[in-house]
Amino acid sequence: MNTKVTIAGVTLNNPVMTASGTFGSGMEYSDFVDLNRLGAVVTKGVANVPWPGNPTPRVAETYGGMLNAIGLQNPGIDVFAERDIPFLRKYDTKIIVNVCGKTVEDYLEVVERLGSEPVDMLEINVSCPNVKEGAIAFGQKADCLYDITSQIKKKARQPVIMKLSPNVTDIVEMAKAAEAAGADALSMINTITGMKIDIHRRKFALANKTGGLSGPAIKPVAVRMVYQAAHAVQIPVIGMGGIGSAEDAIEFLLAGASAVAVGAMNFVNPYATVEVVEGIEAYMKRYGVENVTDLIGAVEE
Amino acid sequence: MSRKKKVKATVVSQKQIADQIYDLWLETGLAKHAHAGQFIGVYPHNASMLLPRPISICEVDKAGSRLRLVYRIAGRGTDEFSTCKAGDTLEILGILGNGFPLEKARGKRVFLMGGGIGIPPMLELAKELDADKQIIVGYRNKDLFLEEDLSKYGNVYIATEDGSVGTKGNVLDAVRTNRLKADLIMACGPMPMLRAVKQYAAEQGIEAYISLEERMACGVGACLGCVCKTRETDHHSHVRNARICTDGPVFEAKEVEI
Repeated sequence: MNTKVTIAGVTLNNPVMTASGTFGSGMEYSDFVDLNRLGAVVTKGVANVPWPGNPTPRVAETYGGMLNAIGLQNPGIDVFAERDIPFLRKYDTKIIVNVCGKTVEDYLEVVERLGSEPVDMLEINVSCPNVKEGAIAFGQKADCLYDITSQIKKKARQPVIMKLSPNVTDIVEMAKAAEAAGADALSMINTITGMKIDIHRRKFALANKTGGLSGPAIKPVAVRMVYQAAHAVQIPVIGMGGIGSAEDAIEFLLAGASAVAVGAMNFVNPYATVEVVEGIEAYMKRYGVENVTDLIGAVEE
Repeated sequence: MSRKKKVKATVVSQKQIADQIYDLWLETGLAKHAHAGQFIGVYPHNASMLLPRPISICEVDKAGSRLRLVYRIAGRGTDEFSTCKAGDTLEILGILGNGFPLEKARGKRVFLMGGGIGIPPMLELAKELDADKQIIVGYRNKDLFLEEDLSKYGNVYIATEDGSVGTKGNVLDAVRTNRLKADLIMACGPMPMLRAVKQYAAEQGIEAYISLEERMACGVGACLGCVCKTRETDHHSHVRNARICTDGPVFEAKEVEI
């Protein structure tokens, strides 16, 4: 039985990753799971300088999901390179660094800086709905996405994954724009913009008013978008959105994802990532699947 | 510090002890790692509610592997917990948070101040503290809870908002009325109370340790949902944002901007 998948020339022991922002840099969850069992750890977004993020409350639960508006708080690339990368290097897992920025120059600075660091891939966050400047603007217009992707590709020393926003009219157009600009892979979906109001206090549940919806509530949207994108582009798609079990993960693989990420469901079950890995293995055994890659896009039309 | 775990705990008993306030004993191996001021995350059974509810530890019975939680119904999750009966199980995440720094209070005159649903952690603190303890608790009205348990460990002074029991007003009104003095404060309660405690401590020139709360998601320091502003740049965030779930919930009052 072979669970290895290769994305942009990087071979992962299995197709299970963590979704950026839900797993820190792995330190906090290493109490619960053996990071060596994960295909890759995708880090919390990192910018060129420290970002303080948004005011609290930053999180709110919703039916079958949660809203967050953390605002990409991060300690900046210097601390990250000194602390988080060496920590992750101790494990037999691939390191994918999520990069955020407010301007193209911000992104390029981090991407260039990471060029000399021992990380396997870069995931570019052009789809955070919770930051006022930059960020999502790059991810909601196809020409902007094309532009930033091609500029990043010129500087990047590692394969570049573009993380797409679901808050668009036509996800296929966005996927094609990223591919045309040279992206090596796509991550999708980021959170769906949402809002919650406390009717007793007549106040927004989040200080930021709006937040990104994640968790099982968004899974059908994510599966649909992964299916559409995976059938429209040649580059691999990493699927995420409410994955908490192997059944969820396999649904994404069958829809066309080459790998999957566990996000908000880490909060529900801190062992979820490894349980997904084990569950995929059990599924392969049960159905006599030799290579996990045989499942990719294998939904019958 | 021991590794955090998510485990199944068994309900030993549960009873209502005041309006909307429940007293729950859980049997769990995590009890042996717990101390005053820490908390656990409790997961609702209803799968539409994803996140663990952070609930402070009211009492620890290490020998019996039991934890006591005294909580208020604040929404659908805690409403569900209130229906649990002996023998039921609950998934819990713990032990979380730093707890009160007991060593700072050793041999000193200490105020243990609790307001409303901030009172429960004061019980385990009163049990664990080796100090001259004055326990000052504030309630809305005469619907008191835990005051008898607390009285086993020190003098208890009560304040009520409506004046129906003890001093009319808040915990600081009770301090003034009873002319109490302390070298150090440990407190848990609503934000206006904690702000007042912080200010009082600054005026008196004494140390105060306060337990904060905030909406949480992961509970283990990964998601950065539950931060509070700090005076100094901290080692983790580098942007003066401490994580209440992991760096706290107990902070020295002068270190946090509340």
